[in-house]
Amino acid sequence: MPRRDKVLVGNGQGFWGDSILGPVRLVREGPLDYLTLDYLAEVTMSILQKLRSRNPEAGYATDFVEMIDRVLPDLVKRDIKVVANAGGVNPRACMQSVMKVIRKHGFQGIGVGIVEGDDILPRLDELIAEGEEFCNMDTGEPLARVRDRVTSANVYLSAFPIAEALDRGAQIVITGRSTDPGLVLGPLIHEFGWQRGDHDLLAAGTVAGHIVECGAQCTGGNLTDWRRVPDMARIGYPIVEARADGSFAITKHEGTGGIVDENAVAHQLAYEMGDPRAYLGPDVSADFTSFRMEADGRDRVRILGVRGRPPTDTYKVSISHEDGWKATGQLTISGPDALEKARLCADIVWKRLAMDGCEYAPEEKLVEFLGANVCHAGIVVREAGAPSEVVLRMGVKGSDREKVDRFGMELVPLVTSGPPGVTGFAGGRPKATEIIGFWPALVRKEKISTRVEVVRS
Amino acid sequence: MPLVLLVRIATARSGDKGAGSNVGVIARSDAAFAFLKEHLDAGRVRSHMAGINSGGVKRYEADNLRLLNFVLEDSLGGGGSASLRTDAQGKTHGLAVLRMEIDVPQSVIDRTPAP
Repeated sequence: MPRRDKVLVGNGQGFWGDSILGPVRLVREGPLDYLTLDYLAEVTMSILQKLRSRNPEAGYATDFVEMIDRVLPDLVKRDIKVVANAGGVNPRACMQSVMKVIRKHGFQGIGVGIVEGDDILPRLDELIAEGEEFCNMDTGEPLARVRDRVTSANVYLSAFPIAEALDRGAQIVITGRSTDPGLVLGPLIHEFGWQRGDHDLLAAGTVAGHIVECGAQCTGGNLTDWRRVPDMARIGYPIVEARADGSFAITKHEGTGGIVDENAVAHQLAYEMGDPRAYLGPDVSADFTSFRMEADGRDRVRILGVRGRPPTDTYKVSISHEDGWKATGQLTISGPDALEKARLCADIVWKRLAMDGCEYAPEEKLVEFLGANVCHAGIVVREAGAPSEVVLRMGVKGSDREKVDRFGMELVPLVTSGPPGVTGFAGGRPKATEIIGFWPALVRKEKISTRVEVVRS
Repeated sequence: MPLVLLVRIATARSGDKGAGSNVGVIARSDAAFAFLKEHLDAGRVRSHMAGINSGGVKRYEADNLRLLNFVLEDSLGGGGSASLRTDAQGKTHGLAVLRMEIDVPQSVIDRTPAP
């Protein structure tokens, strides 16, 4: 039985690094039942795993704890629940930090839940021994090729454990690597009592979650027709107004900037899309061609008739591994003859490095002349006139860290030993940073068990 | 037939997808969608994006969204964090596709609101 007939879920964080004003404004500027926050990208998991290996109390999104500190009184006063994948590779430590904040504010009896079981790095060899091959989904190669360089391995978990934590009274649910749409689907399963076999309903929640998972990217952010987006500085973050029958509307709080119309929502539906008929998730395969989308008044789009099919018997696993080193750096070259001089500069750098015995294969190096058609290389619509300045951006990569670092020493010297007008070298020498490779794979569902725990302040 | 930029009859969104990117092209009208379905094929996008993408291009359709989805298989200069490019996530690939010059019948343009 549904607990209520309509639920408002707002997503206040599209990625780790998104504006803190998103969640702060969502809980203050209008009605809301749930606040969801997405912090994890593939590269983030690897960084968090590294932090945790140095400090067992680290490995989660610290921004989340600061955000809770800022909005907790509003959450309590208005009974807004929070679901976030801020746990990274250490949901338990994240929960403990959130508990500290709750105690500091003096609130009693607030439930904080965690979902664990996605982190299979410690179990990787055991799972391989049991027959899981973790072949690369793109290339088919066996994991053995990079096994000794693996830095993180996380399963994209189901949304049902999130619902379970809410069922057990959590006001704040912290997960590790759940799927992004799952942060929205979990609360809907909890509120409406949706079951594992309700494929159309689970698909509806997945489509809703996909639309809002990048925050303001569905309310007018990154829109082709950007001139028609009003008040972008105060852009409203998206809200799903969901119903138990699987129909839902995408909207935003009244009085906020931005725009929610069919075009803005279609933009985001297309984001990260592969085959629209089969958007695969741990709980359902959603069909993005199945539903109807219609404008429903100002800044409001309705979606109805979403269809879904049963999920596969595997979970997707996001594995990351060390994959060499890279360094990039840039200088600004003023006119006159900016582009011609920038080309000379790049040529000088490669020649000086070669003089010192340091040469890079074509696929290991890159030169860009920013301001002279880099992003849309090869697409000549209307050639601009000579740029009055360009940014020379150069980079190298490879498995030899010293060789990558050697490159960084030859960029800045151009200021005094190259053509005139070379500047903008703030930040100093480019240094080698680690390349993190991704290895998407699958694991049989029966090999993965999730744990839900809810504690109260 | 007038030669126009694709952006006259469509909008787009792009982003990274493994070692490549996807570009969702959304028609501005039913007439534009019918035209694009027939004329904007994977090969045309592939040759337009040849300076950016060195892999194949696959096309998918979603009629309910007036959407053609193009998956560019090798358009980031290396997957993951291995790319040295400024646009390592393919964020600008949508606008790149919209800069394509394309012959569009006047009747389609007349039935498609301008941006």
